Amino acid sequence: MSILRVTDLDVRYGQFRAVRDVSFNVEQGEILAIVGANGAGKTTLLRALAGANPVKAGTVQLSGTDITHMPSHLRVASGLALVPEGRKLFLDMTVEENLKLGRTVGRTGDWTVERIFETFPNLVKRRHSATGTMSGGEQQATAIGRALMSNPDVLILDEVSLGLSPLVVDQVYASLDGLLKTGTTIILVEQDLSRAMAVADRVICMLEGHVVLDSPMGETTREAITAAYFGTAPQGEHA
Amino acid sequence: MTIHRWTWQSKLTFTLAAALILILALVPAFASDSVNERLTVLFIYVILAAMWNAMAGYGGLVSIGNQLFFGLGAYMTIRLADAGINPFAAMVLGAVIVAGLSWVLSLFMLHLRAGEFAIGMWVLASIAHLCVNLDPLIQGETGTSLISLNAYAIADRRMMIFWAALIGMVGLLALLFAVLRTPSGLAMQAIRDNEEAADSIGVNPMRTKRLFFVLAGFGTAVAGALWLAQVSAFQPKTYFSVQWTAYMIFMVLVGGLGRFEGAILGALIFFAAETWFAATGVWYLIGLGAAALLFSLLLPKGLWGWIATRTGVSLMPLGYRVHMETPSK
Amino acid sequence: MTNILIQAVLLGGYYALIACGLAFMFQVMRVINLAHGSLAVVSAYAVWSLSDTFDMSPFVALLAVVPVMGVAGWLLQRLVLERAVRGGELLPVLSTFGLAIVLDNLLFQQFGADTRSLSPMVGDLSWEAYELPGNIYVGKLPVYILIAVIVIIGGLDLLLKRTALGRQIRATATDPDTAGLVGVDARRAAGIAAALATMTVAVSGAALGLRGTFDAYAGAPQLLFAFEATIIGGARSLWGVLAGAIVLAVAQSVGAQIHPQGFLLGGHIAFLVVLFIRLALKGKAPLRLAGIAQLTRKGAAQ
Repeated sequence: MSILRVTDLDVRYGQFRAVRDVSFNVEQGEILAIVGANGAGKTTLLRALAGANPVKAGTVQLSGTDITHMPSHLRVASGLALVPEGRKLFLDMTVEENLKLGRTVGRTGDWTVERIFETFPNLVKRRHSATGTMSGGEQQATAIGRALMSNPDVLILDEVSLGLSPLVVDQVYASLDGLLKTGTTIILVEQDLSRAMAVADRVICMLEGHVVLDSPMGETTREAITAAYFGTAPQGEHA
Repeated sequence: MTIHRWTWQSKLTFTLAAALILILALVPAFASDSVNERLTVLFIYVILAAMWNAMAGYGGLVSIGNQLFFGLGAYMTIRLADAGINPFAAMVLGAVIVAGLSWVLSLFMLHLRAGEFAIGMWVLASIAHLCVNLDPLIQGETGTSLISLNAYAIADRRMMIFWAALIGMVGLLALLFAVLRTPSGLAMQAIRDNEEAADSIGVNPMRTKRLFFVLAGFGTAVAGALWLAQVSAFQPKTYFSVQWTAYMIFMVLVGGLGRFEGAILGALIFFAAETWFAATGVWYLIGLGAAALLFSLLLPKGLWGWIATRTGVSLMPLGYRVHMETPSK
Repeated sequence: MTNILIQAVLLGGYYALIACGLAFMFQVMRVINLAHGSLAVVSAYAVWSLSDTFDMSPFVALLAVVPVMGVAGWLLQRLVLERAVRGGELLPVLSTFGLAIVLDNLLFQQFGADTRSLSPMVGDLSWEAYELPGNIYVGKLPVYILIAVIVIIGGLDLLLKRTALGRQIRATATDPDTAGLVGVDARRAAGIAAALATMTVAVSGAALGLRGTFDAYAGAPQLLFAFEATIIGGARSLWGVLAGAIVLAVAQSVGAQIHPQGFLLGGHIAFLVVLFIRLALKGKAPLRLAGIAQLTRKGAAQ
């Protein structure tokens, strides 16, 4: 059974249809990369999955339960956590306080404050610093750590490498590596196609709110993804 | 594509309004004294509502302290009349002085945010009240009255006050209308309708807010002076009471915040409510408060906003209507 | 002089008590609750009625009133503020003002124009005093009130900084959407915060009744005192509010020394001066004073 099942999803800002008729399934333990140009609807889709944007039509099911209209904090309690675009840390709180906030829903699991510090050793010396004073990489690590603290079944990462230097992005992905092996289901939006192709099992490409490509990574090529990205793919490409 | 400002409704409104003003001007010739007095009160209510609406509805400035202008308008009139100036001239001059004062206040008050501004104005009203009490002429809370009006025979006086109130109301509404037709005024209405649109218009919001603030200071002071002329007695406690602002809020919230027609409708409703229910005393006040509470929660655009969105009626030519001709293929 | 100052600090304790709920609500929910003073008076009447009817100590009555007011605060958040805040920052001002009018007049309808006081119900406590060196007497009650406010502010401060609930409330205050994404039930956090604020209001209502007399319309001046103390204190931390409340009380006492009617005026003027200096320091008051303030700041920096 798919752990996340999205059916005919429609999300709007006023009159603007940011996400249109989007359907896809994510299997347990799968890593799904969502790619697409700016404004293709990726962030809106992720925020809708997390309950931050209201859904106009369609359904979202998590482990068989309909969560389409569930408030965001209950989704976290059900095992779905989003690392939002722009990190959205509570800047006047310390790293530790941000992490502790992540365990609000009290799901049991392996993740503790100490294990987060093991996973992101660069945070250790920053433990009691206000996150507003930290570098982008440290903030990103804190944001990921905060999401992990809820011990999610599905972790959604929105542009974790945005605004970070390539070196720091490498560090962030390296520290994610362990996570990727634990069997947590991951959905990530990534601008860097090579990186997305390197980590993901499956790729979805969005264009103007639609899914234009949905394929296992092994069955598609960089050329096909690029074509879908720019809307130059022949019709009927998506499965 | 054609752009209209005047709808057939607004043309009709203006014709009817002109006729109504003419009829109202002639009322003292045939109506009873009590009708004259009640109508004077109504005119003052319309001024109060329109001025509070100018600040809150267009300037985004919710004040709980507009009794400041109201009380000072009356006080200045007393002071100037005491200095030997004709009472009617004193009313106008007093309001001009209050307008000047409100300009000074605007220099720092407008930097406060929503709730801070609201109560900050209340504190200013309280300060003005305490200072006026210190003036020996006023004799503290005992108060005084506009004695120089007694120079006029009672019937003449009543008629003159009626006309003064009518002129004041029409003049201030016209002034507000003129301000709203300026580019900044239109921009402020755009903000009301659509924040994003207003961003791109590029007006200086501070200057525009100041314009509405000073206009409200002037207009509310005129209303205070008119009220003084009508009742003659001046007791600081009555004039600087927060109750006046409660009335203004009721009128504008019920009528329609940020709607020119809304303030007038609200004043009419308040006037009717007062006429029918004021005798119930406390329950009347409870009703006013409850109405303000419920309208702010359930119908924040007020009755006129509700009517206008439902029907598309626009009596005042304050917006633009864009009419797209369907392209023929 | 020392005596006046000590008495002013004690009065400041009362102002801090009435102000801390307003400031807490303002910090946490970005709402200035204009029904704040009226809720304090509602609490004062509730304590008075319980004490009067069941012949109990006002302190025991307060124990019953505090949780009831907490529920009232939770309802206020759920039924009024939550809805009003969604309509922008102006609507909460209007709806809470409407609520204040309703509460004031309902109280008047119920209890009439007579003033009430809780002091006859606490016996000797209303006049007992500690004697300090220099022939200075300080009332026990004002001292208790000052201690109460220090305990309350300390408790709220600790709650916000050290507990999971406090973190959730702070997260909700900063960004309710993101708080939800982290798993915080933002509505619950806001409701609890409002309940905490009105629980302090209940205590301040009892203090109002113990210190002197009150009537149905006593809410408005309490709101103004609370507001002035909050603004003078800078509205950032609750300890700042305590400092602001003491400044307010000292200014009032100084005003009363200068002119028999100068008590209120002194406080108002202190409020205006602080407000003006703060705006000038931000470079927002386009008067010459602004220039002077900036010069002084530069001078201080060098």
